[in-house]
Amino acid sequence: MVETKELQVKEKQEVSSSTEHTRPGPVFTPSVDIYENDREIIMLADMPGVSTDGIGIDLKEGILTLTGDIKPWEDGKESNVLIEFGIGKYYRQFTLSEAIQQDSIEANFNDGVLKVILPKVAKAVPRKITVSNG
Amino acid sequence: MITRRMLNFPAATGWSHPFFGMDELRKDMDRLNRLFDSSGSSYLPHFFKAGVFPALNITENEEKYFVRAELPGIKAEELDIQVNGRNLTISGERNTACCEENIKYHRREREGGKFSRGIVLPGDVDPEKVTASMVNGLLTVTAGKSEAAKPRKINVN
Repeated sequence: MVETKELQVKEKQEVSSSTEHTRPGPVFTPSVDIYENDREIIMLADMPGVSTDGIGIDLKEGILTLTGDIKPWEDGKESNVLIEFGIGKYYRQFTLSEAIQQDSIEANFNDGVLKVILPKVAKAVPRKITVSNG
Repeated sequence: MITRRMLNFPAATGWSHPFFGMDELRKDMDRLNRLFDSSGSSYLPHFFKAGVFPALNITENEEKYFVRAELPGIKAEELDIQVNGRNLTISGERNTACCEENIKYHRREREGGKFSRGIVLPGDVDPEKVTASMVNGLLTVTAGKSEAAKPRKINVN
């Protein structure tokens, strides 16, 4: 049996950038898992509180941008008792070194986790070449 | 120079704001005082964090308490929420391991594991009026206050 460790609180990371967003408010870096197999690169990003229509995925000149817009869910009449995490937009950019088939990028969003599937272009897929005896 | 101002270096030197930054500090001190006040209130200042997963935001209005937590990737049925008097416990497990084989990780920042957190709400709640919802990885537990915990308007004759 695999022992599961206890989860620790991870402070949400605020984006530090030299330019400012036009709308004030905190912007956070989503935690991501990125892995690849032979055919595709798969990216999982935690964006809790974002609704599906608030998500933006953009790939331009090898830079993938993930954004998540959040609508305030508290109504104005609530007063704070204990505040441990900040609420704000999500923003993160990645440089992709491998060629990606732009037109067949797939994405889905479930339970606050964004999954982006980036298929590699055919020439980037490794091909096994068998050498036959002559 | 700033340290001198903060240390209340003679204020009669003509600086326009000799107590620069003091306002914020005083507010924090007020909140700290309230924390250690023996009035029994569980009001915690916002820099006072428990460090237990999940991080919680608790808010209230006149009728209800709202407890919110960011739990991305956890399904509603994987959570266990219990309420007992003022005590609320949220526990579950997050699994981020991947099912696919022959993969190479570039980054692994999303963590998995078990969690359990118990909190004491500032007032009594009606156990019949506790509901929870999970939308886009955001858990909201709504707890209706018991009659005794609701603010009451007192008329002056």
